[in-house]
Amino acid sequence: MNFPILSAIVFIPLIGAFFIFVTRGTQKIVEKNSKYVAIFSSVANFFLSLFLWYSFDNTTSSFQFVEEKVWMKGFINFQLGIDGISILFILLTTFIAPICIFSGINSIKFKIKEFLIAILVMETLMLGVFCSLDLVIFYLFFEGGLIPMFLIIGIWGGPKRVYSAFKFFLFTLLGSVLMLIAIISIYWITGTTDVIKLMDVRIEEEYQYLLWLAFFSSFAVKLPMWPVHTWLPDAHVEAPTAGSVVLAAILLKMAGYGFLRFSLGLFPIASDYFTPLIFSLSIIAIIYTSLVALMQDDMKKLIAYSSVAHMGFVTIGIFSLTKQGLEGSIIQMLSHGLISAALFLCVGVLYDRYHSRMISSYGGLVNIMPKYAFVFMIFTLAALGLPGTSGFIGEFLVLVGAFQKNIMVAILASLGVIFAAAYMLWLYRRVVFGKIENSEIKGMTDLNKTEIYIFGTLVFLTIFFGVYPEPLFSTIDISINNLIDHYQADINFYSTQKNN
Amino acid sequence: MQSIIYILPELFLSLAILTFLMLGAFIKKSFNLVYSLTILSLLFAIVLVLNQPNEIIKIFNESYIIDKFSILMKVLTLLFCLFILLSSKDYVKNNGIDKIEYPIIILASTLGMLLMISSYDLIIFYLGLELQSICLYILASFKRFDERSNEAGLKYFVLSALASGILLYGCSLIYGFTGSTNFETISNNLNQTNIGAIFGIVFIMVGLAFKVSAVPFHMWTPDVYEGSPTSVTGFFALVPKIAALSVFIRFMYVPFVNVMSQWQTIVIFLSIASMILGAVAAIGQNNIKRLMAYSSIGHMGYALAGLATGTNEGIQSTIAYLIIYLVMNLAAFGCIFMMKRENSFYEDINDLSGLSKNHPILAFSFLLVLFSLAGIPPLAGFFAKFYIFLAVIESNMYALAIIGLVTTVVSTFYYLRIIKIIYFDKPKKPFDESYDWGLKSSLILSSILILTYFIYPSILTDVISSIIIY
Repeated sequence: MNFPILSAIVFIPLIGAFFIFVTRGTQKIVEKNSKYVAIFSSVANFFLSLFLWYSFDNTTSSFQFVEEKVWMKGFINFQLGIDGISILFILLTTFIAPICIFSGINSIKFKIKEFLIAILVMETLMLGVFCSLDLVIFYLFFEGGLIPMFLIIGIWGGPKRVYSAFKFFLFTLLGSVLMLIAIISIYWITGTTDVIKLMDVRIEEEYQYLLWLAFFSSFAVKLPMWPVHTWLPDAHVEAPTAGSVVLAAILLKMAGYGFLRFSLGLFPIASDYFTPLIFSLSIIAIIYTSLVALMQDDMKKLIAYSSVAHMGFVTIGIFSLTKQGLEGSIIQMLSHGLISAALFLCVGVLYDRYHSRMISSYGGLVNIMPKYAFVFMIFTLAALGLPGTSGFIGEFLVLVGAFQKNIMVAILASLGVIFAAAYMLWLYRRVVFGKIENSEIKGMTDLNKTEIYIFGTLVFLTIFFGVYPEPLFSTIDISINNLIDHYQADINFYSTQKNN
Repeated sequence: MQSIIYILPELFLSLAILTFLMLGAFIKKSFNLVYSLTILSLLFAIVLVLNQPNEIIKIFNESYIIDKFSILMKVLTLLFCLFILLSSKDYVKNNGIDKIEYPIIILASTLGMLLMISSYDLIIFYLGLELQSICLYILASFKRFDERSNEAGLKYFVLSALASGILLYGCSLIYGFTGSTNFETISNNLNQTNIGAIFGIVFIMVGLAFKVSAVPFHMWTPDVYEGSPTSVTGFFALVPKIAALSVFIRFMYVPFVNVMSQWQTIVIFLSIASMILGAVAAIGQNNIKRLMAYSSIGHMGYALAGLATGTNEGIQSTIAYLIIYLVMNLAAFGCIFMMKRENSFYEDINDLSGLSKNHPILAFSFLLVLFSLAGIPPLAGFFAKFYIFLAVIESNMYALAIIGLVTTVVSTFYYLRIIKIIYFDKPKKPFDESYDWGLKSSLILSSILILTYFIYPSILTDVISSIIIY
């Protein structure tokens, strides 16, 4: 295994972006070539990551495909590696990126070359987040993502794009700088930022609380958790469809991944201590944002708020610290990646045709766009967690996990499932059923070929993993067991230390 | 006589200045010739400096020092002087300041800076300081028929003379209470109970803070930056900062090292105040030069934060910060020199509106520079801040680190504002296509450095980690 497959996966999109950057010629040729390069590099990357999954050994919990290069001499090594948790996020990223590119090519009308560069750079940075095994490298990729996303929202966004882009950038940056302080402090406390080594180092209890809070401030903004979620609806509403897809499907997952990998792995005692905080914020998020979602008249905003609610389930699952809860939260993140991407694409389809995101503009679409109505229905049902879709598996397992930890939390969280059914079905009814009130939408065409292919794959995966989630479980199983064992061992260690 | 060879670069520059003056006086229309010769002589001076021995040498009764630190700082001074001359030639020619005195005065002030950097004695230090300051006053008012340029020069002169006076008063107090002007003797005779000398230290620090434009001695910076011709502003933003900061480091760590606890609080205050003011005051600025002035105040705050730690790591981080700051500002001023329509230069940030449409490459390098100045990874500016906070947190100065990082977020706002204008707003009339190779190459070089620094950051840290002051 000398071929640096992880580096290849991380940097292929960047190389693609570089090629697009240097393309010269007439406008038409440049656009055509950029499209080909972008599609080629992202699809090739997807297949490469499938190969990675194929050659992934799911009988061991240690990091695999580890690569190490000297980076800052004697201080930080550029280290990549994956375990059962990260590989699924890599697959999600490499799968969503081509979809974004196809959707962008389909709907973006100007500066397509720059758009493709931004998406490809974004892909590299997101993959880097999931692969990096060094805190500083992680931070580099985590923060670097702000630049392309800022541009995607700001250049190709809607009318209030400037406000949203600024809000997105400054909110996330403010959260993250505290994490930078924490990372540097970890370096001075333990002498390393290497995640593998840090897993075996037990950071003293007194430091853990502050460090945990610093990491939390970054992840909570990014996830986002109530009450720092306010940037998300704005960013989603104003971003172009492909930007919303990246945001919802992958960017939010970086924070969930961060909780799993760093908060639990490095600060077990603090994670234990702060669990009630996480639970209460998540419960508020689930109930409050569901109610807010109910009253939205902008479709994108509604889905954005539902994302916040779904992410509430993820945090409950992670901090329930039970096997079911953890596995559930990972499945929930993956399925939310697929479903929210699909829902934003569904809104994008309407927006491309009629340039309105308002629910009241539509109604009775089933009469003129039957294929669209069918696709939209599947994802509506998946979003509310209907059995047989991947959404169900995640939510169900999270609730099972939460029941073991705290019954009250589980009961309150279950309310979220009911609310989700309410706002999603109501949305669907208002948009798709009924009579056509607005005569201007009569001329709208049904899904075109590209859209059918995009939605087809998403429908297939949503239902496939809803019916047969085994491939996912077998991949994460050992890593999750190891995470829990490690966590328990640490908790026991600290409590015996206290007793002595 | 043996020691003459150690000051070859300085001797060479002095000779060059005299020769060029003669050339200018006797050959008509010799601006181009003198300008090119100045650049060549800077290049040659760099070679001379690099040839200096790699050990600590003190000459002329231990009043002049040559060590790794001074060599590095001299090379930086000469190098960035060279680059700013290269990239501003077009501007100089288009603004009627293409007199032969212009490159010669720049050369003379550079000579003063070299003296400052190597000084190991209060008197030599003061001579070098005055040589560079007087040249800078002239440069600020070099555009003689422009009111704002004259105002800038006068303002700079009055305030700077006051600061120099205070500094000189500090020097005499130090001499009075320690009995020597030599840095090492001062260091030996200085202790916590020597109140008079500590007063002297405070006065010297006021003078130095004025030179690096740290708050609350920053008042001159925005006006002088705005009023001076842009080529001079570029020079102000880069070159004198190197000398001032290296003298600052030298003073704190050689003569005043025994009273570290006394000056540390002052430097921390200067640093925090500069970071906050640099972040807040720039938000409302529309003139890009004024904005760069506040931005440089903020950046000096970060550089001083490294200095405040009182450790070798701290100094190294300050030097790393300075180097990256120089590269970023070179690129930023490269971009500003490009803001030219039909041979007249623009300074309002709204003139950049829609730049990405008409000049995608220029817009892209502007984007890199601004994100880098804001300290967003993976660009070079992030690493500069990273080194600083690494050193600051090592010394357990958490308050300084948190204030520093929060001001980073605030300052990001105004950098984003420019990016918004460049990328999100409606395009205006395009700028002239610049064919000046010097400007283009220095802009491209610095942009590439900013963008690719993250690939292998050890290159810089390897050079710096060998520098130990005390």
